[in-house]
Amino acid sequence: MTSQTLSGKQAVLQAIPDHPAIKALLAWKREALADAKFEFGELTLTIDSEEIRAACSTLRSAGYNFFEDMTAVDWLPLSPRFQLSYHLLSFAFKERIRLRVMVEDSDPEIDSITPVWPGANYFEREVFDLFGIRFGGHPDLRRIMMPDDWEGYPLRKDYPVEGYR
Amino acid sequence: MSANPGATVVDLPASASAGARRMILNMGPQHPSMHGVLHLIVEIDGEVIVSVKPDVGYLHTGIEKTCEAKFYQQVVPLTDRINYLDPLSNNLCYCLAVEKLLGLEIPARAQWIRVLLTELSRLNSHLIWLGTHAMDIGALTVFLYTFREREDILRLFEAVSGQRMMTSYFRIGGLAMEPPLDWLDRVAAFVRAFPEKIDEYSNLLTGNPIFINRLKGVGYLSAEDAVALGVSGPPLRASGVDIDLRRDMPYSSYEKFQFQVPTSTEGDTWARYEVRLVEMRESTKIVQQALEGMPDGPIKADAPKIVLPDREKMKTQMEALIHHFKIVTEGFDVPAGEVYQGIECGHGIMGYHVVSDGTAKPYRVHMRYPSFATLQALETMCKGRLIADLVAVVGSIDIVLGEIDR
Repeated sequence: MTSQTLSGKQAVLQAIPDHPAIKALLAWKREALADAKFEFGELTLTIDSEEIRAACSTLRSAGYNFFEDMTAVDWLPLSPRFQLSYHLLSFAFKERIRLRVMVEDSDPEIDSITPVWPGANYFEREVFDLFGIRFGGHPDLRRIMMPDDWEGYPLRKDYPVEGYR
Repeated sequence: MSANPGATVVDLPASASAGARRMILNMGPQHPSMHGVLHLIVEIDGEVIVSVKPDVGYLHTGIEKTCEAKFYQQVVPLTDRINYLDPLSNNLCYCLAVEKLLGLEIPARAQWIRVLLTELSRLNSHLIWLGTHAMDIGALTVFLYTFREREDILRLFEAVSGQRMMTSYFRIGGLAMEPPLDWLDRVAAFVRAFPEKIDEYSNLLTGNPIFINRLKGVGYLSAEDAVALGVSGPPLRASGVDIDLRRDMPYSSYEKFQFQVPTSTEGDTWARYEVRLVEMRESTKIVQQALEGMPDGPIKADAPKIVLPDREKMKTQMEALIHHFKIVTEGFDVPAGEVYQGIECGHGIMGYHVVSDGTAKPYRVHMRYPSFATLQALETMCKGRLIADLVAVVGSIDIVLGEIDR
């Protein structure tokens, strides 16, 4: 592995073509990998938002067996507005990768990855609760932190830190 | 999902009489065995658990949102309040993430003291787990013993940081201050005496027939389910998955320490008890190694624009005073990018995901806390078992609501 910064799909594919995650994704569907980046010693793979569930199950079979974390970042006023970051850990390679998916502002929805990792359940509920992004195929998509009748999504950037008064 | 040994198979609403016996029981949020404000909506059929639905969020304070309005260095005290039983692990994980963004080199002495304190913090966490877990089962005495040692650890924290629980001792770029002169000797005295104390706990519990009967074979979790549900830390290792980030993806010089990672293949509540007991012994060894090999040198990185200057310098040197003023009033800019730092805390894999947009305030901070994921496995462990087992299982996964609700 290299310690320098590699930005762009081309640069990453050239420098680390043998990386197990990249190899598995390319073998499965070359066009699903939209972008790649290697920075701060961490590999980020941008996945087409339609393909996230299939990409996760591909990576799971490629050795990235542990779903560690997922969350969203609100890039208001950029478009697409929401970034979803999935962190997957491989117990075999002792390595972590990040999957990045961009979601549009209007009616944000993406496939749930709970069929691949049931452990993603609460994490997706949290993102739904605090960002208002819906997860298709989620078994129990309810608010988790805020009261059920809460209005608004607190972690969006247009939601004031002190809340609405 | 694999079968839970010893569990009663409850048939789902087949007959009207079965439905009539069903009852919904709210356990918590105010309940002595719920370790805080855990609220479980339990569906029971007689004494047998049909389903468990945790309802969390009672302690939600929006720490992730608050972080976005603070300077990077002001986030450190917020992290203490998340997992309040293991405060220094929180500090460490956040500082490591921001230091990765900044590309800071941390001096060896600071790293060693960080390891030493994180292990003491792990002991603190495990002692509370053991005391409360045993108390839930009915062994009240152990609680008094473990809190006696916990008090010693809290005094060590107080001596070094001025605070017993909300330490905020690790700062971005190093430590807050040099430990007091006799502090390392006090730690040495503590770890010398501690292995014997673990024997005391073990004498009270390991051969205790009530404790054994309540724990053995209860709350079984297979390795497969544990990984799928995101369980980490001692519960995962007790299910036979040998992973510990301290050893496998070392941070803060952990690669220079020798320790064993205990595992068990039983996967039940008893296995989790045994794994944590051995972990306490291993932590003591790490503290001992840290004391023996404690390097000399600075405790802060050489980065005057990020790390606050010494008080002495601040009062005598113009430049240090300017840096001090700038850091306190304006913070420091952190290069744009996103990082994720995972560490092994007392409960499992803790992770901080920090996104920077190049300003002095974090654009987004997200925390992955082990109890949040582990809670999802509760139903798998309890389904078909007696309601009394639920208390044992909740105790064995060592839950802290502060880290679930954040």
